[in-house]
Amino acid sequence: MMLNQFLLLAAALFCMGVYGVLTRRNGVMVLMSVELILNAVNINLVAFGAFQDNIQGDVFAVFVIAVAAAEVGVGLAMVLLMYRNRRSIDFSEVDLLRG
Amino acid sequence: MDLLFAVDAVPLGSFTRDGGLFLNNVWLIPTLPAVSFFLILFFGKRLKFGGAEIGITAVGLALLLASLTNISWWDHRDHFEGDVFSARTGQIDLDTEGLGGETLELGAAADDALTTTITVDGVEESVQLAVDAAPGEIEAFGSVGVLRVLDWFENGGIPIEAGTLADGPSVIMLFVVTAVSLLVHIYSTDYVAGDRRYTHYFAFLSLFTASMLAYVISPNLLQALVAWELVGLCSFSLIGHWWEDQPNSDAALKAFLTNRVGDVGLLVGIIILYFSAGGTFDIITINEMALNGEISQTALTWASISLTAAIMSKSGQFVLHTWLPDAMAGPTPVSALIHAATLVVAGVFLVARIYPVFFFGYGIADSSINGLALLGSITIVFAGLVAFVQNDIKKVLAYSTVSQLGYMILALGVGAWTAAIFHLFTHAFFKAGLFLGAGSVAHGVHSFDMKKDMGGLRKWMPTTHKTFLICSVALMGIFPTAGFWSKDEILVGTGGFGVGTGESNGSYHFFLIMGLIGAALTGGYMTRAIYLTFYGEFRGHGEPHESGPRILWPLRILSVVAIGGGLLNLPPGFLAGSAKDPVVWQERILHFYEPSAAYFPAIGHSIPSWTLAIVASFIGLIGPAIAFWYYFIRVDNLAKQSGEKLTALPNGLTERSGLARAGHKMLVNKYYLDHLYEDVIVAGVKGPIAKAAYWFNQKGLDEVVNTAGRTSVKTGKFIYRYIDQGLIEGTVNGSGKLSSDSGQELRRLQTGKVQQYAALLFAGATILAGVFIVLI
Repeated sequence: MMLNQFLLLAAALFCMGVYGVLTRRNGVMVLMSVELILNAVNINLVAFGAFQDNIQGDVFAVFVIAVAAAEVGVGLAMVLLMYRNRRSIDFSEVDLLRG
Repeated sequence: MDLLFAVDAVPLGSFTRDGGLFLNNVWLIPTLPAVSFFLILFFGKRLKFGGAEIGITAVGLALLLASLTNISWWDHRDHFEGDVFSARTGQIDLDTEGLGGETLELGAAADDALTTTITVDGVEESVQLAVDAAPGEIEAFGSVGVLRVLDWFENGGIPIEAGTLADGPSVIMLFVVTAVSLLVHIYSTDYVAGDRRYTHYFAFLSLFTASMLAYVISPNLLQALVAWELVGLCSFSLIGHWWEDQPNSDAALKAFLTNRVGDVGLLVGIIILYFSAGGTFDIITINEMALNGEISQTALTWASISLTAAIMSKSGQFVLHTWLPDAMAGPTPVSALIHAATLVVAGVFLVARIYPVFFFGYGIADSSINGLALLGSITIVFAGLVAFVQNDIKKVLAYSTVSQLGYMILALGVGAWTAAIFHLFTHAFFKAGLFLGAGSVAHGVHSFDMKKDMGGLRKWMPTTHKTFLICSVALMGIFPTAGFWSKDEILVGTGGFGVGTGESNGSYHFFLIMGLIGAALTGGYMTRAIYLTFYGEFRGHGEPHESGPRILWPLRILSVVAIGGGLLNLPPGFLAGSAKDPVVWQERILHFYEPSAAYFPAIGHSIPSWTLAIVASFIGLIGPAIAFWYYFIRVDNLAKQSGEKLTALPNGLTERSGLARAGHKMLVNKYYLDHLYEDVIVAGVKGPIAKAAYWFNQKGLDEVVNTAGRTSVKTGKFIYRYIDQGLIEGTVNGSGKLSSDSGQELRRLQTGKVQQYAALLFAGATILAGVFIVLI
């Protein structure tokens, strides 16, 4: 079994995800990009697990999926609240972290 | 009468690890007041009596435990059976019929040395027990201390232990400290009632008691040092209790700083001992090694000299004693507890604790003069003279304390170990009684000035008067009060002019004379203080009043001890009259509290001399007699003739010339009085020497201190201007400016935009990943 194509696929997905996170202004799109990153990692985990013939990679991937679900839940809630307060979900307008 | 003393020690062993319930658990005694300190700090203000009840309960329990520990110790001293250890050779097995832990009846042929075998690390060795005793009993082990240690911490591979060492000197100190402390606690509930820092006061009394107790049971010098510094801290805090007044806070600082000077000596001494004893702080080990010549004479001498500096500061010996009279700025119960009875004997106790170091360091065994005895004798006479010119009643007592501490140091210096501890014991009680009495007087007249605000107080304060009188008589050392027995024992212990021969160490003629002079002076200044305070006409304002029961009862108890305390040392044979039996003719304090173990030198014991007792009593009465004649008869009569109330008794040139100019008849009378003063005081012993001493004290010593102070101010200014302002300020400002500038630049990065942050994060991760790949 070839490991490389899985890793290349994952790397491509990861880069798309990072690009999306950095460039998209729409909050929902950013969250989707984060999902891409996480799933790229999942592919890596499953691929390595299969390659080394053990189950730990799969287990880890399941954990990541569970955490990703929670993350999206919280993230979407925040986006929703942001929309309620500002009538906009444009991340570039939010700079409260400046302090 | 031919008195015989038992050689009751075959000192092979030093300590045991199991001495029964009370001796094993002496750690409880300091722990009680330590816990009380925290409880009072945290909860004191909310309680009905402001925390005093916690302190009294804790110290009362500690006193109970200390008493039980003493009783337990007596039993342990005489009837101990069990494993005995020596720090140098490990466990010791005595293998002789009738010797192991038992007492052995020696026949007439006991001059021969006994031979026994001891087991050292499994190897049997034959040891000769030198028994040069007259027929009588010898005990196999004498008294062994009860040592309990556990590892405190380890630093650089050197384990530091903490624990308790219960032996003669420590258990008697446990009793003295807790007993005086309890009385002072009770007294204080009245004396400082309504004070704004009442709770704080009791908290620190507790902490002080805990530290002092921890000090006396310390098995190693490091633990002793920690406790030593803690008592210094409590002293500082309590002297400055009323710190709003500048003099009080100055006095506290002076006490603290003077003690720092001595503490340097303490540190140096401990370090010398640590290295010369092969890397241990353990007191028993150091003592045993010093006794067996395993520490060089030079090291012992330098260690003794360094430690003497610590003793001079803590125990108020000449040159470094100046803080002690100033320390009277603290509340009077504090003066009684800390600056008369307990803290100031810490230095004396240090010598008693590591006696072999001093015994060989100063060559006490066979000399006729040595540094320690010289220091003590100078202090006795010097402080005794200065006490004559003091008008503040507490300062008279303070100088008296300095003088009495001199006696203890003198006793240790001439090898009279038991006499020093015995004097420490009796002095603690009668001096505490005197201080508390002075406090009671001050409570009634709201002043400490004997000349301006006291006089004739016996009418208003009969109980205070009586107790003060009793304690003074004890201090003067007049038969049969406590001071007589302990002072006489010190004088005998000097072994000068052939008194107390037998086994005395060296023959210290000079110190016997100094001790006798001190005895005469003591009587003189105390008679003066008594007259000025309690006799003549009242010179103060308002109506003095007797203090309440919480003040008077401690005074009564202390005066009972002041009368009877000395009898505790009497050998049982003294009353029973059964002569010739060495054990029953042994003084009790010597028998129970002087260690006779492998960590204590085989010091000689002088035999009490009736001749010296009578001569010393006679000389001791000369001082009071002269002072009595002068104050009670001449001054009193003059006061009655002139009808003058003796307000502001004139004393001094400026006043006299001022009065002469005025030329008033009444003032001439005063002048006459002043002249009398001059004649008797100045022409006599008091004036020139005492004033010179006082002058030297104030000008000479203070000048040294002031010069040191001025020099340090100048140095400080120099350092401030050039080093601080130039170098350090530059560095500090530079670094400040640097961070402010870089901050200005960096703040542009902080946009608050999440995606920019994420971009930086990923950039950083990429760089790290790149580094990771390149490196691997």
